[in-house]
Formats: sequence, structure tokens, C-alpha cells
Amino acid sequence: MTTKAAATREALGPTLIRLRREGLDIVVVDADLGGSTTAREFGKVFPERFFPVGVAEQNMVSVAAGLAATGKTVFVSTFAVFAPGRCFDQIRLGIAQPGQNVKLVGSHAGIITGEDGASAQAIDDLSLMLALPGFRVIVPADVVETEQAIEVAARTSGPFYIRCVRPKIPVIYDESHKFQLGKAHVARPGKDVTVMAIGVMVSKALEAAELLASQGIDCRVLNMASLKPLDVEAVLAAARETGAIVTAEDHLVHGGLASVVAQTLALHQPTPMAFIGMQDQYAVSGRWDELLERYGLSAEKIAEAARSVLARKKG
Amino acid sequence: MTPVSDASLKELQAFAKRVRRHIVEMTAAAGCGHPGGSLSCADILVALYCHILRHDPQNPQWPDRDRFVLSKGHAAPAVYAVMAECGYLPVEELTNLRKLGSYLEGHLVAGSPPGVEMTSGSLGQGLSFGLGQALAARLDGKDYRVYCLLGDGDLNEGQTWEAVMASAHHQADNLTAIIDYNRIQNDGFCDYSRYEDKSRPQRIGGWVNEKGHTVNIMSLQPLEEKWRAFGWQVLETDGHDLSALIGMLDKAKGTKGQPTVIIAHTVKGKGVSFMENNPAFHGKAPTPEQAEKALAELA
Repeated sequence: MTTKAAATREALGPTLIRLRREGLDIVVVDADLGGSTTAREFGKVFPERFFPVGVAEQNMVSVAAGLAATGKTVFVSTFAVFAPGRCFDQIRLGIAQPGQNVKLVGSHAGIITGEDGASAQAIDDLSLMLALPGFRVIVPADVVETEQAIEVAARTSGPFYIRCVRPKIPVIYDESHKFQLGKAHVARPGKDVTVMAIGVMVSKALEAAELLASQGIDCRVLNMASLKPLDVEAVLAAARETGAIVTAEDHLVHGGLASVVAQTLALHQPTPMAFIGMQDQYAVSGRWDELLERYGLSAEKIAEAARSVLARKKG
Repeated sequence: MTPVSDASLKELQAFAKRVRRHIVEMTAAAGCGHPGGSLSCADILVALYCHILRHDPQNPQWPDRDRFVLSKGHAAPAVYAVMAECGYLPVEELTNLRKLGSYLEGHLVAGSPPGVEMTSGSLGQGLSFGLGQALAARLDGKDYRVYCLLGDGDLNEGQTWEAVMASAHHQADNLTAIIDYNRIQNDGFCDYSRYEDKSRPQRIGGWVNEKGHTVNIMSLQPLEEKWRAFGWQVLETDGHDLSALIGMLDKAKGTKGQPTVIIAHTVKGKGVSFMENNPAFHGKAPTPEQAEKALAELA
């Protein structure tokens, strides 16, 4: 099987260019990483709508808030360690509280940022962004879904956080896929156990489901790209129908996908769970595929977790 | 340039006095709030709202309005008071400041009441926000201007200097910053200029005096040189001289190619003798007795 691969961040610049050409009043504020996030491509085509502010993330976010206050649809992007990490207060006060129409794209998220090491690997950005009332938080699984998520964010008023990644990860969708805000996507049906995953871990979950199938276990895979608003119905249906849940995320298991799913189930339908993700530690430099293995963010570990949750369900 | 006649200057001064009375009454009624920094910027706000800003209290969302951004969000009482006197809200609402059910929040919240541009209360963010609006004006081919009021504390924040650099970089000549330079902050005195007790040697880096005030928190000197070095036109004035303030703001309007900052030398607590230069009234409301005394002084 040949798999296409692409970095989700590659969707940003081209999608913004297309949306501007379709008439959206888009502007971009950039803190000297537009080359990496691909936002700079927009600036090449629409220089008057591209505002560099230097390496100054706090200023970037508040300038974006000012532009949004005049009616613009504003995109800001940088590494996810820097935004939200370096300008969380500006995001909270300037974007979240007044509900400004700013779309924050956090690129290079997760340990799969790789060789640059822990200082460049955002593993707490979702905790921060999920803590802000009014923010929609989207973690696309591949480049196709990223383009769609960017378009939905641009066409929906209010604050969005979209999480992108550096390396070329598997492309799991074709153009027939349709990202929907507030909807999980059933990437694979199954009735014994459900793996809920985000980002690169959706492709790992699909691999895990193959492994489990060879062992006679029918595993459902849900892509939880719309992390907030969460598809509560899909979470509860999975709990009801499969009775065993594994979450998988390239992020700390605290404050991200694991937390929101566990909270939802605790309230409505307590269900045996296991959490695949970073366990209260930082990663190191290395190739992204090596890092996923080293920290247990692999198809094998997901399958193992699925079997252990299944055992608890039966016990 | 629009010279201010003696008659209209008298009107503005009377307006400013009413604003100061409101500030005292509002914070006293709330039992908390920030009277000191509200009194210090009252004249700046009066100059802006009565003589400089192109605005319409009956149409606060007018797209072509000049924008006023308060970075030092704790001076909310001063802004509400000026807006009420202009007709944005009923004067009777002012004494509901900070009370549940009132739209007069403790620190400014965008749109509450309509006409408030930016949510503030965390220092250092206003100039960036104002730059964003100024860039939007240029992009849209509009001639509205943006005015941003900053306090000493705002200038402690690194983000303000990011915005200072970026505003000059983008040649945002439709952006004017005004510094309410009263040299007193939450914990005490920014530097030694307003600290009267000269009995102690001036210690490097600051210290805490007998009253519990921090002295020499963070000197901003030489302030004029800093802004000039960053590429701004720098004007200085007595921040309580309405005529001079208006003259400076008019001059800023006519300046092309660079933003303008007006360093307005002010007195914290201006107009109330026992609040003037007194750090205790940065974030403390007057008691009913103190309010009565203050209002007598502002009669």
C-alpha cells in the first residue's frame, strides 16, 4: 500500500490565498515564522494584507485583535510552543474575552516536531486553548482536513485554534471527506472497542485497528478533529456501543483529548478507558517516527491499550 | 490647528471638574477601584473626547470614527465618566460601577457600553491593539485616527516596546500614543522624581519604605530618548494643561511618516489634595468621609 504524506501546515498559505480570492477580508499578522507555517505564501500574493511584526508573539496577537475589531478576518500563525505558549494572556484578553474574529494556527505541534527538541515541541497547547471559553479548537488529522478546517474557521465568526504539524504525515482522506465543526469522523467502524484520536495519531489508530483486526478485535476509530466543540453524541455512542475507549494524542494526557473525553464520560456514561499520549514529561531531540516509538505513541501501544481496556470491560 | 478660545477652555475645565467628581463618587460608591490613575488622566481624556476625537455618542459603531484605546484598563472610571458626560450613557449609571447587573465593569470590556473599543486590564496590550486598528485604517483607505492612552505600568511591559518598534516600522502616522506619566504605580514610586523623602540615599534597584511603598520600582528615564530612538515623534507637555494637550494632539494629526507620542507629565490623584502623588490611592477607593472631603475640594 502506498501512502501519500504531507505536512498539515502546508495547507495554510494556499488556503488563505484561495479564500482571499473568493472575497474573504483576510489579513495575516506574522512573527517571522511565516516561512515555516506557510503563511508567508499569502504575503507573496497579497503584500498589503500581510503584516510582519518581528519575533514578537505578544504584539502579533494584540495587533491581530485590533485588526479583527475593525471587521477583518485575521490569521496569525507561529510555532505552537510560542502561541499560545508565549502570549497566552494576550490570547485570553484580546481574543477570547471579546470573542474577536482571530484564527490562531499553532504549527509544529507535538513531539513530532522532532530534532529541534523539547523547546520546540508543544505538548501543552491544547490544555491552554481548551481552557478559553469561546475558542473552537481543531486538530486536523491530515492535510486535506486541515484545508477544510481553515476554510470553516475563516467562514465562521469568532476565535479558532487550529493545530498543525511539521513533518509529512500520512494523508488519510481524499477530497470526498468533509470536516464538520462539532462532529467526530468515523475513520473506521467497529463494535468491540473505540480509539478516539487526533492529529497524527489518527493514522496510528488506523494502523492499530488493522493489528487488532488480525487478532479478531473489531476496533472503531474516531477522528476527534473538532476537539471543541466536542461531538458528545459520538463519544457517548462509542461508549454505549463498544464499552471500551482508548484516546490517542501527541500531547500531554492531561488537559487535552484524554481529559475532555474522560470528563464527558464521567458525567454521562462511565466507561473503562486508557490514555495514549505524553505522560507528564518532556521529550528530546530525535526523528519524529523514532520519538513516537520511544514515548509509546505507536500503533502497537494503542493496540495493547485497547486489549487492556477490553479486558477491564469484560472483567 | 484649532486654537482653543478662553471661553471654550473654561468649558473644558468645568467638564474636567465634573469628570473628577464622578470618579470620586463612582469609586466611593463601589467601595473599590482605581481613583489615582483615573484622576491623573482625566484632562487627557477631556482633551480627546471634547476636542480631538471624531466621534458620535449616538452612533458608537460609526465605521469612520476615531478610535480611543485605553491600555491602562484600571482607569475605567475616568473613561466611563467622560463617556457619560459626552452622552454615551446616562450619568446616573456611573455610581453602579463594579456592581452586579451594571455594564460598567471594573476594567474596560469591549462594547460595554458601546464605544469602548478594547477589553483591557492586563497591562501592555493597548498600543498593539491600536496599531492593528491603524493598519486596518490604512488598508481600507480610511482616514480615521487611533489614540492610545498608556500608563507608567504599560511601559514596564515588554509588549509595549514591541508595539513601539512595530508602529514606527509600519510608519503608522495615524496612531498617537499618550503617556499618562504620573510616575506612581501599584506598589509605589517608579523612580525618585515624586518621592519626597530625600533623607535616604537613592538605592540602586529600589527598596521598600516605612509606609510599605516600593521606591524606584522601574525607572523609565530617559523616556523621551527611548521613544525617539525607536522612531517616534516625541512631544512633551503638562498633562493637566488642556490647551497645551490639544495643541500637541493637533500637531500629531499633521505629522506624516511616523507615529507620535505625547509624554503628558501628570500628577496621580490630581485635584484631590490627599490623593495627589499618594500611591495609597492607586487601587483604593475613598471612604465616604474622604469622598466628601474630595468633593468639597472639587466644588
